[in-house]
Amino acid sequence: MSLDSKIPPGPLADKWTNHKFKSKLVNPSNKRKQKVIVVGSGLAGASASATLAELGYQVHCFTFHDSPRRAHSIAAQGGINAAKNYQNDGDSVYRLFYDTVKGGDFRSREANVYRLAEVSSNIIDQCVAQGVPFAREYGGHLANRSFGGAQVSRTFYARGQTGQQLLLGAYSALSRQISLGAVTMHTRVELLDIVVDDGHAKGIITRNLETGEIACHAGSAVVLATGGYSNVFYLSTNAKNCNVTATYRAYKRGACFANPCYTQIHPTCIPPTGDAQAKLTLMSESLRNDGRIWVPKKAGDKRPANSIPEDERDYYLERKYPSFGNLAPRDIASRSAKEVCDAGHGVGATGVGVYLDFSHAIKRLGEDTIRARYGNLFHMYQKITGDNPYEVPMKIYPAPHYTMGGLWVDYNLMSSIPGLFVIGEANFSDHGANRLGASALMQGLADGYFVLPYTIGNYLATEKVEIADTDGEAFKQTKEEAVSVINKLLSVKGTKSSSHFHRELGKIMWEYCGMSRDDAGLKKALEQIPQLREEFWNDVSVLGDNDSYNQALERAQRVADFLEFGELMCLDALTRTESCGGHFRAESQTDEGEAQRKDDEFSYVSAWKFQGVEKTPELIREELNFENVELAVRSYK
Amino acid sequence: MDFTLHIWRQDNNKSSGSFKTYRALDITPEMSFFEMIETVNEKLECNGAGDGRIALEYDCLEGICGTCSLVINGVAHGPNRGVTTCQLHMRSFNDGDHITIEPFRAKAFPVTKDLVVDRSAFDRIIQAGGYVSVNTGGAPDANALPIMRDVADRAMDAAECIGCGACVAACKNGSAMLFTSAKVSHLGALPQGAPERSKRVLKMVDQMDAEGFGSCTNQYECEAVCPKGISTKFIAQMNRDYMRASLSRED
Ligand SMILES: Cc1cc2nc3c(=O)[nH]c(=O)nc-3n(C[C@H](O)[C@H](O)[C@H](O)COP(=O)(O)OP(=O)(O)OC[C@H]3O[C@@H](n4cnc5c(N)ncnc54)[C@H](O)[C@@H]3O)c2cc1C
Ligand code: SF4
Ligand code: FES
Repeated sequence: MSLDSKIPPGPLADKWTNHKFKSKLVNPSNKRKQKVIVVGSGLAGASASATLAELGYQVHCFTFHDSPRRAHSIAAQGGINAAKNYQNDGDSVYRLFYDTVKGGDFRSREANVYRLAEVSSNIIDQCVAQGVPFAREYGGHLANRSFGGAQVSRTFYARGQTGQQLLLGAYSALSRQISLGAVTMHTRVELLDIVVDDGHAKGIITRNLETGEIACHAGSAVVLATGGYSNVFYLSTNAKNCNVTATYRAYKRGACFANPCYTQIHPTCIPPTGDAQAKLTLMSESLRNDGRIWVPKKAGDKRPANSIPEDERDYYLERKYPSFGNLAPRDIASRSAKEVCDAGHGVGATGVGVYLDFSHAIKRLGEDTIRARYGNLFHMYQKITGDNPYEVPMKIYPAPHYTMGGLWVDYNLMSSIPGLFVIGEANFSDHGANRLGASALMQGLADGYFVLPYTIGNYLATEKVEIADTDGEAFKQTKEEAVSVINKLLSVKGTKSSSHFHRELGKIMWEYCGMSRDDAGLKKALEQIPQLREEFWNDVSVLGDNDSYNQALERAQRVADFLEFGELMCLDALTRTESCGGHFRAESQTDEGEAQRKDDEFSYVSAWKFQGVEKTPELIREELNFENVELAVRSYK
Repeated sequence: MDFTLHIWRQDNNKSSGSFKTYRALDITPEMSFFEMIETVNEKLECNGAGDGRIALEYDCLEGICGTCSLVINGVAHGPNRGVTTCQLHMRSFNDGDHITIEPFRAKAFPVTKDLVVDRSAFDRIIQAGGYVSVNTGGAPDANALPIMRDVADRAMDAAECIGCGACVAACKNGSAMLFTSAKVSHLGALPQGAPERSKRVLKMVDQMDAEGFGSCTNQYECEAVCPKGISTKFIAQMNRDYMRASLSRED
């Protein structure tokens, strides 16, 4: 099998315009007859649902949340990029495109990224028109900040709650379409499987979380906007209920999964305090502008931070990367923290954590200046940990944060199953091997507001799809299979909770498929995960039944999928024997110990095709061609 | 630390519920309130002879999604001000404490199970008019219309509402005035929301009444428990808007 990315011909800057012009349109009277199923109501799903409904399609939107407004997008803090060049500091569509391709360590498609940069401006216009209260200057114009090391100020923000305000904007557009009867909203309904018939996605099987009802929904096309899979690590900065079920089950039905090993680990999170830890909280990276990172020189030194004298502290980032110091790139800062902790220098009761110390900055600039810069963050840190960062150093540790990998899609955002589209974090499309700060929100909204609504029209107009009968064989069989998974889980009647297995899986993934990966470790993980999976199916305890609100069953289903998906991630990491972006392969480093990309060998997307649970999936390569940018090498020294 | 928990258990909105007592043992002060309850849940989940998991909801665990919703010792979101339940840690309690845990109760929030309630009435209030009627595409340049910074700030103060419903749970009348007024004031403050200002307030308030939320008798309990510090001045603003809009009501 081979994959066709369907990148339109012509010069980079004209591709999208030409493609839109060449796409077939659906006749307005036919739109009403087409029913589009959208799964997910985060930035991607809500914006797509609202826009498709405005265009005249019948839309059915599904979320397992009790309200579309609670999707994980709500938690994004920092901001959203757009090539507006309002600051007149030299930004342009081309620069945003270039920064994003480079940020992705040259493992994304030029054409997709260019389109993303191109529509970024429209997103800001759209959001402002909806009433999103972005930060403004005294003159009344929009304010910008520079984010994640970018050299231009192109990030728009709404206090520390940008994701919340953008999602509430999309949610309001969605709510308007619900009130007009154009969108039928299904809350607390979880997708269990995709129905594929005749090679096309024809609908979905769902479970109503309150009643347990298993239902069939047929549509002209299915859109997955179900978010990322960072929770495969158990502990991550993602909301607790984020999971891989929708995309993984689509993979099992034949959709290729691209680059599952590309995950982003964020260096500044609040460390775990013990085994009961439920999730990790992200602290803004801006803290590294004034905080100094250190650990005690002596391994196992348990003295309180303030009683460790200067000459017994190791400011390891300043020592190893004198020119970048504490501002070393995310992956380097994260990896170094794990290294010092693994070597026994970690701080705090659990020994996983490093200090981020503001005492020097406070001495130099005064407490008031620090309060003005970081007051909110210090307050949040104190609320969570009970420690006062003005007096004792913060403790931080890296945590999984974002997943660049996802279902493979072509330029039209269609997966390898015709009729199945994937948008937002759930697809793999635009971030390559690493994501720039403030560009996930941009991608989710670009896909939902401005890309999918065009490309899906072309599919519907070309294929002339008939909506299937849910009494048909394909629906019946897929439904039976979904029910049998549930019955199997309920019948194990073992002795351990599904969370127990999730935590154990998380430990394996973090240890062997986290920040630094090597051949031996990945092979070990590939042995351990199937064992853990077997143990799960023999010993998990899921009480209650399928006919009521059963959170134990919800969780167990998601963990069951993570237990298979983890293996795919490790396999992908094992075969990519280069370091690139968020994926550091110990065997592929320079003499100075820095990540080494291998462009000659690995300039491709790894798309995996399912062959059966205990079988090795097929690897399909989509070659990446760079016609507009030169492949540069990063340097930090 | 050890705690005795008195937790509300109820199968569904048709059955009646009651408190059951559970022990949470070996809890550390760093644990969050939910991590503490989950230690109890893990045991219930593996004990075929017991009551099964206590149904409860949380998601972001950082005070922004508005999913978590517990009344702890009689107070919505617990003893600390300006935080959600998920931002509460056990160091705020004393070893040996008895803790009562209930759902967000209100006529318009029926219990789904145990500590989970149905807050979809909030969605329907937004659907009634909590938006600007603008389609995707064709929006003017974002800087075409400057907005005074303090106006934008005021809109943002109101827009910070997370839709948790603590205001309703704390109100003896089960009123949703704080929630509704936050959305009305957010959009009403901005020029983009101005054309629909009158229509919006009428429709949202009507929907609020239709959902069975009570009226406001100025008790200010809502503001006291609101994790985002949404101010009751927005209620006053909404009342003014409503009065003005009613005078020119056409129907
Ligand atoms: C703490 C944090 C801070 C961040 N800050 C930023 C930032 O500053 N800037 C930035 O650009 N990005 C940021 N990100 C990343 C960004 O928030 C996400 O990538 C983005 O919001 C994902 O949006 P989405 O619409 O793809 O998915 P989500 O918002 O995750 O939505 C997924 C939706 O799918 C539904 N769903 C999933 N599975 C199923 C199923 N099986 N059945 C039914 N429904 C299902 C869910 O209910 C939900 O509605 C941050 C991420 C985190 C964790
Ligand atoms: S006004 Fe406050 S308490 Fe009420 S829903 Fe909004 S955030 Fe929650
Ligand atoms: S879980 Fe999101 S606000 Fe508490």
